[in-house]
Amino acid sequence: MNPNAYLVLSGIIFSIGALGVLLRRNAIVAFMSVELMLNAANLAFVTGARVWGNLDGQTAAFFVMVVAAAEVVIGLAIILTIFRTRNSASVDEASLLRW
Amino acid sequence: MIAAVIALPALSAALLLSLGNRTNKFGPWMAIIASTSSFLIGFLQFLQMLARPAEERTAITTVYEWLAVPAAGFKVDFALQLDQLSISFVLLITFVGTLIHIYSLGYMSHDENQRRFFAYLNLFVAAMLLLVLADNYLLLYVGWEGVGLASYLLIGFWQHKPSAAVAAKKAFVANRVGDFGLSLAIMTMFIVFGSVSFSDVNEGVAGAPAWVSLTIGLLLLLAACGKSAQFPLQSWLLDAMEGPTPVSALIHAATMVTAGVYLIVRSASIFNASEIAQTAVVVIGAISLLMGAIIGAAKDDIKKSLAGSTMSQIGYMVLAAGLGPIGYVFAILHLITHGFFKAVMFLGAGSVMHATNDNVDMRRYGGLSKVMIFTTITFFIGYLAIIGIPPFAGFYSKDHIIEAALSHSWWAGAAVLFGAGLTAFYMTRMVVMTFVSKPRWEDDVHPHESPLSMTLPMIVLSIGAASMGIILTNNHMFEHWLEPVTGFVEPEPPLPIQTITIITLSVVAIGVLAGIWQYRKIAKVAPKKVSFVVTAARKDLYGDVMNEALLMRPGQSLTKVLNIFDKSVIDGFVNGLGLFTGGISSRLRKSETGYVRSYAMSIVFGTAILVIVLLIVRL
Repeated sequence: MNPNAYLVLSGIIFSIGALGVLLRRNAIVAFMSVELMLNAANLAFVTGARVWGNLDGQTAAFFVMVVAAAEVVIGLAIILTIFRTRNSASVDEASLLRW
Repeated sequence: MIAAVIALPALSAALLLSLGNRTNKFGPWMAIIASTSSFLIGFLQFLQMLARPAEERTAITTVYEWLAVPAAGFKVDFALQLDQLSISFVLLITFVGTLIHIYSLGYMSHDENQRRFFAYLNLFVAAMLLLVLADNYLLLYVGWEGVGLASYLLIGFWQHKPSAAVAAKKAFVANRVGDFGLSLAIMTMFIVFGSVSFSDVNEGVAGAPAWVSLTIGLLLLLAACGKSAQFPLQSWLLDAMEGPTPVSALIHAATMVTAGVYLIVRSASIFNASEIAQTAVVVIGAISLLMGAIIGAAKDDIKKSLAGSTMSQIGYMVLAAGLGPIGYVFAILHLITHGFFKAVMFLGAGSVMHATNDNVDMRRYGGLSKVMIFTTITFFIGYLAIIGIPPFAGFYSKDHIIEAALSHSWWAGAAVLFGAGLTAFYMTRMVVMTFVSKPRWEDDVHPHESPLSMTLPMIVLSIGAASMGIILTNNHMFEHWLEPVTGFVEPEPPLPIQTITIITLSVVAIGVLAGIWQYRKIAKVAPKKVSFVVTAARKDLYGDVMNEALLMRPGQSLTKVLNIFDKSVIDGFVNGLGLFTGGISSRLRKSETGYVRSYAMSIVFGTAILVIVLLIVRL
């Protein structure tokens, strides 16, 4: 099996995610972009597992999913709290922790 | 047994200082007993030594192993060397010391810190004994520093007087310069000979190159100049008279200031090996003896005049010690006789001050012979002894030094002869101004004789001042006594000895007559219109001015330069480093914007750069 197409797709999705994180101000969208990046990585993992014919990549993908789920729980809670206090979900608004 | 000589006064000093006011009542007596028993033990040792034949009189007692660094081959024992030279000093120090302890009982009776005074006196006696009994230079150095400390404490004993505190500091600093020379000399000895004991150094010098003995000799001379107030380190001695008079008598006349002479005589083998160093010693001695005499002739303060005289007389000893084997014995002989007659005159001066409400100005004395009979007689004996009238002690010792100096060179002989004339002049001046002339007392002064505790030591010392010369030189006893330690060569002066004696006595007579003539009338206030010599002598021959111009001012300038260097270069570097780091970090801090997206961007680009770098490296 030729993994090139899968890996290119994974790279494209990762780049879209990264650009989303960098360019969008809305916290929810940025969050979704992070998910995109994680899943792009997952795709690469799974492709690898398929190519090498073992389960290491699959295992890693499951790990990432679990971590992503946990991250969503905490991240959404933070976003909600910020929204409650500031009436905005913009990540640029939450910039108090600085020099 | 000999260690007890040092231990007793040291122990007494330690007790008096550590137990404090509890010992006030019996303290002075304990100090006197400690000093007296030191003398008695020393005297017993002296008798035992006499019983042995001349070659077996040196005894070295190792008390304990003091310092040992086997890897460096360095080993110094706490060992005491008792020989003819050191026992002479032990007897002088403990005998004069004990008498001055007794004198202080009367002199310091009104001082509330009397106990502390006696503690310091004991400390001094212990340190001085350690100095003369040590069998190596390092242990000698301990005693050397000890007497310096005691001298500092005692000059500044009345430290509530700013002048006394300053004088103490000055003495300490001037002595440090000399001590520096001694420590360098000891280090040189260790490097060259691998040992600092007298015997090893004496053996080593014989085979060492000339520069070794020259270097060590000059360094030792520097040390002697500091401790013995010789030119160019003389200026502290006149100020040291700020201390109580018994201190001036014991430390700054009879014993401590002669330590330099002891050091030179003890290092005879080093000086014998270097003619240049010996000549330097003679020159320093000649300069000092003339300077001291000129200063002594111009001062109206009785103690400062005596201090100038001390410097001058030690100049005689140093000069004699520089003459080599023909002079060592006479240097020590003069040292001992001087210890007696100078102590008696200082104690006499103290007695006079005691009688005149602590006035030291000789222009306000006069006619005291009528009211202070014991003081007058004892002082007069001291006077006859110092100017060298036979049969008083100074005649024998000084005459021998003049003979030895004449056989060395015409200039050394001329210096000692001229010095003898000056001595006669200033001492006559002192006696005339103090005891003989018409009373010029202050209105509220009612002179009276001092108590027995003060007159008794003066009487005992004056007997010594009168008789020591005859006793010691009888049958060349002293020469034979010291010969095994210092060596002795009979001086061969260019003139017959009788002629020299007649010349000396005529010079002395001229000095005496000049003194009487000059001071037939004495003004109550020192005349202002005087020749430039007197003006210079009143200012200690510009000793302080010289120190100030040559040492203090350059020192201060150096400090200023160093301070500027420190402020600008050292501080500049350190502070600059701090400012630089601070500046960088306050700029870097600005990158912490608080915007999550900019952080994300730095992570992304950072990772990208990392990946690219890794790829390049792998290719």
